[in-house]
Amino acid sequence: MPVTRIPSVPPSEITPREVWLNRRSLMAGMAGAIAGAAWPGASEAAPVIEPLVAPRNPGFAPKDAATDRKLATSYNNFYEFGTDKADPARYAPGMKVRPWTVEVTGEVAKPRVFGIEELLKFALEERVYRFRCVEAWSMVIPWVGFELNKLAAAVEPTSRAKYVIFTTALKREEMPGVRTPVPVIDWPYVEGLRIDEAMHPLTLLTLGMYGETLPNQNGAPVRLVVPWKYGFKSAKSLVRIEFAENRPTSSWTKAAAHEYGFFSNVNPNVDHPRWSQRRERLLPSIFASRETEMFNGYAEQVAPLYAGMDLKANF
Amino acid sequence: MGPTAATSAPSLRARIDAALARRGVTAALKAVILALGLFPVGWIGGALVFDPLLLGANPAETIVRTTGERALQFLIYSLAITPLRRITGINGLIKFRRMLGLFAFFYAALHLSSYVGFDRFFVLDEILKDVVKRPFVTVGFLAFLLMTPLAVTSTQGWIRRLGPSAWTRLHRAAYAVAALGVVHHWWLARRDFVWPSIHLVAVVAVLGWRVLDARRRRIRRKRDGRAA
Repeated sequence: MPVTRIPSVPPSEITPREVWLNRRSLMAGMAGAIAGAAWPGASEAAPVIEPLVAPRNPGFAPKDAATDRKLATSYNNFYEFGTDKADPARYAPGMKVRPWTVEVTGEVAKPRVFGIEELLKFALEERVYRFRCVEAWSMVIPWVGFELNKLAAAVEPTSRAKYVIFTTALKREEMPGVRTPVPVIDWPYVEGLRIDEAMHPLTLLTLGMYGETLPNQNGAPVRLVVPWKYGFKSAKSLVRIEFAENRPTSSWTKAAAHEYGFFSNVNPNVDHPRWSQRRERLLPSIFASRETEMFNGYAEQVAPLYAGMDLKANF
Repeated sequence: MGPTAATSAPSLRARIDAALARRGVTAALKAVILALGLFPVGWIGGALVFDPLLLGANPAETIVRTTGERALQFLIYSLAITPLRRITGINGLIKFRRMLGLFAFFYAALHLSSYVGFDRFFVLDEILKDVVKRPFVTVGFLAFLLMTPLAVTSTQGWIRRLGPSAWTRLHRAAYAVAALGVVHHWWLARRDFVWPSIHLVAVVAVLGWRVLDARRRRIRRKRDGRAA
């Protein structure tokens, strides 16, 4: 009779349950440590990218196909991680996005701090929006999120709320771009919208893209998407949303007022001092063969917001 | 006098100069510079043929930027030749100056044409508006215009036709081109001034050295004149 010897494991060698459960983050930590040796700034935290599937809203389907995901997640402006387009993809994965809270405050009846899990419980939908950067390139992105006005309904803005101010996280340890000897811009990054713009059904509080939670370089865990404005208006990695009576000065306006106005609506007839805005390059096209559309193609929905306004003066 | 010079070992400088006087050595070094100089355009061309995304998500931006930076850098290298010759005493370096200058022009031409084609899609009225309205484009365009006669007159034939002193005077315009190039780069930079600063420092260094050197010689000439 064959004798099978069952090896006995001394209790001291049993892996504690929590270590076993956390083995992925441990491995990610090790990978991060290795990566950190090569790239100072990449820290040990693993990015949290999980499936985030929501029903597609068929009302938002531009004629162009969605940009390749790899492209949209490797070519980003997120100066907190560096000014090169490749920097965010390189350094942002080191940012911890759990736990995460967004403080919603200011001129509201019920100010509240939302945990990211609470935001994920809103009724999410997928919308494919055109995305137009002030640098004259564009992409087409399937976002997952919900209308910002739904969040507003939960906090009940008062009649004094005329503007909404969005603040991006400022995490010195995890953001190499904010540690430069001379600050690239006045951190933290602040953006603003007029209340009617913020409450417009196109304005999306966004938690995911391409059926997954946002990669850090694209503004995880929660960002703004305002498709008829230049990309920099769509602030990333939000920690604070304030309803305010007075118009804020956004970060780019503070940095160069004659170049970046408060509205920054996509407008082929108003040139930026550096770039003609008449045409754009739909990436990865090499030729800027596409003529830019008024309000990035959303004129029908948003032009009434600016009725009677001089858009050249209010650029 | 003669015997001491013959017995002491030739200096490193003299040996380098002697080597550079040999046709084979210069030809080999020129081949190396040619290969290095063609590397960026070869890489860009290869990527365009096989996979433009090797150049990043925005290949055109990479091409316009790379060719512009190479143009300015080759121009700086070519302007550094004279100070280097004077400081090190290695006169043979002059043999590489024309090649470096022509590489600068080559990349400037690629830079301009990729802007015209990729960024403005060959639409002439938009290009003209850019040149008139946007100072950094105006300056870049001026730099290219100024470079063109220098590239054309870079041959031995033109040096002979113009006469060496007129030719030298004409080619001092290269400093103006470099200055315009730095301004062009500075004005188009948004928030990151690392490379524009490096280029600025390099141009100030070569130009500054020339100015100081000219003054030193003027003083020496005056002194010698008085002594005589």
